[in-house]
Amino acid sequence: MTAEAPRGADAPPELIQLLTPEGERVEHPDYDIELTAEEVRSLYRDLVLVRRVDLEAVALQRQGELGLWASLLGQEAAQIGSGRALTDADMAFPTYREHGVAWCRDVDPVKLLGMFRGVNHGGWDPYEHNFHLYTIVIGSQTLHAVGYAMGVQRDGAEAATIVYFGDGATSQGDVNESFIWASVFNAPVVFFCQNNQWAISEPLEKQTRIPLYKRASGFGFPGIRVDGNDVFACLAVTRKALADARSGQGPTLIEAFTYRMGAHTTSDDPTRYRVANELEAWKLKDPIERVKAYLFKNQLADQEFFDKVDAEADALGKDVRRRCLELPDPKPEAMFDHVYGGPHALVDEEREQYLAYLAGFEGGAETGAER
Amino acid sequence: MTTLTLAKAVNEGLRRAMEEDSKVLVMGEDVGKLGGVFRVTDGLQKDFGEDRVIDTPLAESGIIGTAIGLALRGYRPVCEIQFDGFVFPAADQIITQLAKMPLRSLGAVKLPVVVRIPCGGGIGAVEHHSESPEAYFTHTAGLRVVACSNPADAYTMIQDAVRCDDPIIFFEPKRRYWDKAEVDLAAAGLPLDRARTARQGTDVTLLAYGPMVKTCLAAATAAEEEGRDAEVIDLRSLNPLDLDVITESVRRTGRCVVVHEAPVFSGFGAELAARITEQCFYNLEAPVLRVGGFSTPYPPSRLEDHYLPDLDRVLDAVDRVFAY
Repeated sequence: MTAEAPRGADAPPELIQLLTPEGERVEHPDYDIELTAEEVRSLYRDLVLVRRVDLEAVALQRQGELGLWASLLGQEAAQIGSGRALTDADMAFPTYREHGVAWCRDVDPVKLLGMFRGVNHGGWDPYEHNFHLYTIVIGSQTLHAVGYAMGVQRDGAEAATIVYFGDGATSQGDVNESFIWASVFNAPVVFFCQNNQWAISEPLEKQTRIPLYKRASGFGFPGIRVDGNDVFACLAVTRKALADARSGQGPTLIEAFTYRMGAHTTSDDPTRYRVANELEAWKLKDPIERVKAYLFKNQLADQEFFDKVDAEADALGKDVRRRCLELPDPKPEAMFDHVYGGPHALVDEEREQYLAYLAGFEGGAETGAER
Repeated sequence: MTTLTLAKAVNEGLRRAMEEDSKVLVMGEDVGKLGGVFRVTDGLQKDFGEDRVIDTPLAESGIIGTAIGLALRGYRPVCEIQFDGFVFPAADQIITQLAKMPLRSLGAVKLPVVVRIPCGGGIGAVEHHSESPEAYFTHTAGLRVVACSNPADAYTMIQDAVRCDDPIIFFEPKRRYWDKAEVDLAAAGLPLDRARTARQGTDVTLLAYGPMVKTCLAAATAAEEEGRDAEVIDLRSLNPLDLDVITESVRRTGRCVVVHEAPVFSGFGAELAARITEQCFYNLEAPVLRVGGFSTPYPPSRLEDHYLPDLDRVLDAVDRVFAY
């Protein structure tokens, strides 16, 4: 079935770009950004380190140390750019793939592994880093973010909320409801959609007939499309949207146009549904290579710097691996903890009964649940 | 003492909770200017403002999802789901997010969200306005589920629910909204997770909650004429369950009938019957019997009197536990 394209769909969408895939700086009248050499080097370092953590996690999954991993490969610039735009007071609501944003919020990468290793379902304190727990059900967190932003609004606080989601999530009712809520309450929230072109096996065309950023206008707030593989542009565009939110100008939808270079998760096999040359084309737009080219061309970094970052990445990978393997398995009674904030007759009784049952085995809890 | 309808008692309780803590918010469809379709939130927006009594867009998932976000920011939202049958669009946010987020944060996050749901039938309503969805929620770990049956409890239970740091599904028996009773506005009431013996008796225990408590009390009065002294327990809290009060009663009476509007099959009464059988086996003179809705969707209102347990169907079950 071929649907007739809606009016306006054929107009080429404007893509905010400040750094080309070849590493050339581009000026933009609305979104220019001044970055010192040190800042650019720091962004480069972040990009490389999160890619390394991600690769290590994929390897850990392949070796049976993680049950699953959702790789961010290819989306580093979207995440580091937007993540670095946040202030400490801002709050971020991630999906399960925002390892780069977590990095920007100083969440220990090993804490991200807990849920994928199966030792917990989340495991970090969202308030410690103003980085909420990963959300697995698609799009649910957009409403949490808007509610949080409404709280910020009621507090009279100078802070913004950012919420991450993907192209597939834009089909969810919750995401559309969150757009409505944010719009009518003028909530200080930034919707950061990483359009990585694929929702597991479904291409963007299965989710939308118009560019995603254009959805915003129907809800009554601005939508912008940014080159999601351009860390400068992602930083600049997100900064502006967050500043608008903080100053009472309401929500913005940012569509970061990027590409999921890896599988949806380690359980997925993209060779079943997409052609190899698509990936090859996107490799030319790699988010890290263009920053490296820019640093080289402008003599803002030398080989020693790049070698040092690579060495740091290797050390980080090793450290993450070691500490992942050291993550202790939870004790059986841990599953009864935190179900409720305080005592709960039934949960408490079941904990007690199960521990008594385990104690009846020779060797106690260690052998009681052998499968 | 003040005479209040159940609806007004919830209203007074909410008002008290909002005065006590400025973080308490009321949100839902038509809760502001209109005061809710049952007028439970009447006058609150006028007195507490639009920032605290929020008329929301018409989307239930959005109500609960944004309430979670507000709770994450330190607020204590009280959400109104307009009718029982409208809670299902919010089921994902309630079951997947609200119930589980505190555990997922290893206790760092508290979600003191109250979800008020007018429940049950008996008001001649159209489809989806007369349902009893409590078992869906008692089956979800992380939620507390309570049901008030009378104005005095409604007044204190809603305040206790707002003070509680766990998410709570708060059922209000809509056909009892207009029932009046004396309410002591200074009384603290029973703790939220405790059952209440609504009528003492020695021969049979009737277990009920929400709208069926009144029905069971009427049945107990009628049974008295036949020389049977029925005890009526108002569960008040379905999760957690105050099992001590229940088992103490059944061990004394040796007979038990569970009554609810929801379908009997896989209904909350099944849980009660199983637990009572486990814990009171040697004291039981008869199996625990259940009276409730049929295994059909809630019928058109012209048939609802056949579907809803009434005094006679409760008495019939009482006869059967004695005849066993």
